Order: sequence, then structure tokens, then C-alpha cells
Amino acid sequence: MTVRTLPVGEHGLLIELDSGEAAEALHAELLRRAAARRLPAMREIVPAARTVFLDGLADPGRLAAELPGWRIPPLDRGDSEIVEVPVRYDGPDLEEVAKRWEVTPEEAVRIHSDTEFRVAFCGFAPGFGYLTGLPERFHVPRHATPRTRVPVGSVALAGGYTGVYPRSSPGGWQLIGTTDAVLWDTAREPAALFTPGTRVRFIPARDTASAAPDGEAP
Amino acid sequence: MTDSAFVVVRPGALTTVQDLGRVGHAHLGVPRSGALDQPAHRLANRLVGNAEGAATLETTLTGCAVRLRRPATVAVTGAPCPVTVDGRPVAWGAAVRVPSGALLEAGAAVHGVRSYVAFDGGVEAEPVLGSRATDVLSGLGPAPLADGAVLRLGRPRGPVPAVDGVPHRGVAPELVLPVVLGPRDDWFTPAGLRTLSTGDFRVSAASNRIGLRTEGPSLERARDGELASEGMALGALQVPPDGRPVLFLADHPTTGGYPVVGVVPERYLPAAAQAVPGTPVRFTPLGRASWRPTAGRTVPGSA
Repeated sequence: MTVRTLPVGEHGLLIELDSGEAAEALHAELLRRAAARRLPAMREIVPAARTVFLDGLADPGRLAAELPGWRIPPLDRGDSEIVEVPVRYDGPDLEEVAKRWEVTPEEAVRIHSDTEFRVAFCGFAPGFGYLTGLPERFHVPRHATPRTRVPVGSVALAGGYTGVYPRSSPGGWQLIGTTDAVLWDTAREPAALFTPGTRVRFIPARDTASAAPDGEAP
Repeated sequence: MTDSAFVVVRPGALTTVQDLGRVGHAHLGVPRSGALDQPAHRLANRLVGNAEGAATLETTLTGCAVRLRRPATVAVTGAPCPVTVDGRPVAWGAAVRVPSGALLEAGAAVHGVRSYVAFDGGVEAEPVLGSRATDVLSGLGPAPLADGAVLRLGRPRGPVPAVDGVPHRGVAPELVLPVVLGPRDDWFTPAGLRTLSTGDFRVSAASNRIGLRTEGPSLERARDGELASEGMALGALQVPPDGRPVLFLADHPTTGGYPVVGVVPERYLPAAAQAVPGTPVRFTPLGRASWRPTAGRTVPGSA
């Protein structure tokens, strides 16, 4: 994989990869090295779409110079526990998403719930994970005008990502369902249900796959 | 009534509980938060004999007033302001003994934006991820102060050090912000980068704990579109589509899709936190980092 390093201020290092998958593989390797105490001290390791940002390094240039020599194993998708998230596929955008996918809403639910997702990174709000796993033909645009209020627990799609709103907030993603799973709980360790690298599967709750997708959720 | 607490009599424009923030959780989407003027926050704590990580109150422009329910040693630092106890002037920037039942008021800032009010024992609140800081972006931590709210105080940990008043570091007529260029300075034209270093910018009234917004010229972009979301640093100068740089402060989002033209080192951020709307801003590029960006291929395979 190609690795590009970019300076971020005096103590930050942005590592840019050529794909999301490569960024996830590098992030996994960084965590392995951190666990084995083979990384210099730093404050934050922040994975994102195609980058990993390291902050609080004493000497970012030194790590940047070492990186091209690293051996980075491909992502091992089968080595961690799967978090199962029950979903009522009753979102107001389910029908539109199904149309874009050129399938029925029932098939859209099957496609989504048959997919194994992985939390690529978090952002936007505490505990909001960007989950990858849907093939490119199922990518959807976000709404041109975001909703002013998306209910907590909304399961939503944008670009190639699936996400679940950890609290009620404005949002422009396509809402396909709702979950009662608690995405963010500061009394829990870790507080986020979706941490980077976590495998996730959405399980359709009974009787809801064919629920009317019209109208806003309550 | 006597207990270890105080009652909010006047919350001011925005008064929040702050400490040194919640570092190390950015990968979960959690902003760092914490006092914007950390040297002022630390100093206030030292003056009353607290550890530097104890929680203080951070005011915004108009100060705040609280009624003590126990005797307390307090200190007000940061933006200079009149400080009174039951209406009588007391020292700013020094430890002051306030009797139980007295009204402590930090008045409107004379210079600057944010004053810090420390109490011996610190402000008590339920820590969230190890911090009592109010994060206005994500809503973590205690709510901003409101009329009539009761906040608890911790147990004083020992004698108050004998320190005379401390000098205010002064107010510069303009905010000078050194910038390390990158990571996305290549998204701007040479003319756009010249605008950054020569343009007349001012602090926008829309600034807050998330970011210091600027008014002024627009930085010309060399390319359109948005980046894929990437991690954002404290002090990042992010440039939204209108071309006017936003300086990311403590409550900034952890990821973002607008290009960051440069990063202001943390030691210059306290001054930014005290710059009132309308203050002229000058960005002085420090050049690029001392190391050369690399590009290369890693070797696939097992570790």
C-alpha cells in the first residue's frame, strides 16, 4: 500500500493511505504496536476515511521516516467479537434507498442485515461510528438539505457508510431504521458501543421489515 | 444554609465548568474540551492551593455571580474584570477569602473574553471520561451555569500558598497567530497562501469554544470539493467553502472534511481565546515542519 505522511503542526502526523481498507489495516497495526509498547508516546490515534492522525508526538518526523519500512498485514476480518444490533427497519428513507438500489424495501432490509460491517472510524458526535461493508453499488448520497432533528437510535446511510445516531441531532443521512441499542453510555467502558475496528451486524427485529416507511419517526 | 456548594445568582452570557479536558478519546468522536486559556485556569488553581486539574468556572465577556454556602478562598484570573464580594471590590488575580453566604461577582471583562474563577477544593461535578469540562459541541460534562443552579465544591486540600497578586500579561492590540503550514496547504493557490500571510482578518462575533472564526479575505483554493473526513488537530486552521479560516479551539470536532491550511501551535491558543470580536488577526506562517513529508510503499505481509 502507498503511505503518505503530512505534518500537522509541530507534534502531529497525518498518515494518508490510498484506500479506506488500507487505513483500517494501518490503524489495526498501530494499535498492535501500541499494545506491545512499540510506539512512541502520543496523545491521540484518530483513524478516519483514508487517514490515521497521530497527535502529541515528540518527534513526528522520526515516525514518518520509519513508516515506509513497516510490514502491515491485511485486515483480519474474523478475529473479534461481533456486536449485534437489533433494528426495526422503519426509517422514512427506506423506500428511497430501496429505489436507488433497484430492489424492494424487503430486499433492501435483507441486503443490509446480511452485510457484515466494521467500524472504520468515529466522528461527528461521541459514539457515532462510520461503518463500512456495503459494496459500492449500494452507496447512496446524503440529503441535500439535512433534517433539523434525527431521532436517537436512527440507523442511517450516506456514501458507503452506515451509522447510528447516538443522540438526537441534526443530520443529513438516509434513515432506514431504528434501534434501541445504547450507542453511547459514559458509565460503560468503553463508552462507545462502536469503537474503531469493531465488527457489527444489524439484526432485523420481527414484524418491522414491512412496516410502512412513510412519515417521520415519532 | 451551609454546605459545600454555591448558588448561581447571575450566570452571565456563558459560564461553564472547565478543567484540563478529556484527552485521549478523539477516536471515539470525543472533543478534548477543557479551559480555553489553560495558563489562566492553572494559575487560578495555584492561587487557591488546588491541583492544576481542579475544575474552575470559565466566564464569557460578562462574568458571573455566585453565592457561597461555605467559606471559600477564591481567585479570578484570565480576562481582567472587577471582582466584588457583597459589592465591595476585592483583588483580581489574587487569593481572596469569601465568607459563607457572601455574593462573589466577577464583572464584565475589561480586556479579553474569558475569566477563570477558582475555589479552594475545586468545582465538583460528575466526571465524564475523566473530566468535568463542559463540551459545548457534544454536550458532555455539566450543563452551562443557569440561574439558581447549585454546584458543589470539593474539599480544600491544604494551605493556600502565600502568593501576592499576579500581573496580567497584557492585551496586544492585534492577535498574531504563527502557523505551521499543512497538512492541506496544497489545496490552496500561491495567491491563497499569500492572502493568509498578508490579509487583514478580524475575530468574528460568531466565535465560540469550538472555533475562532475570522472575517476578512477569502483564501483562494487550488482545487474544489471536500476531503474525505480526516482527524482534526487542536489549533487547526480549517477553511470552509467561504474561504475564511476557522481556528479550532478546545471543543472542536474530532474529524472534518474541509482542508486545514495550517496549524497554530498550542502555546498561542490562550491569546486567541482572549481576543474579543473585531480584534485584528495576523497569521504569520512559520513555514513547513522541519521534517520532510514522505511517500512510499509499505511491505505487505505479516508483522
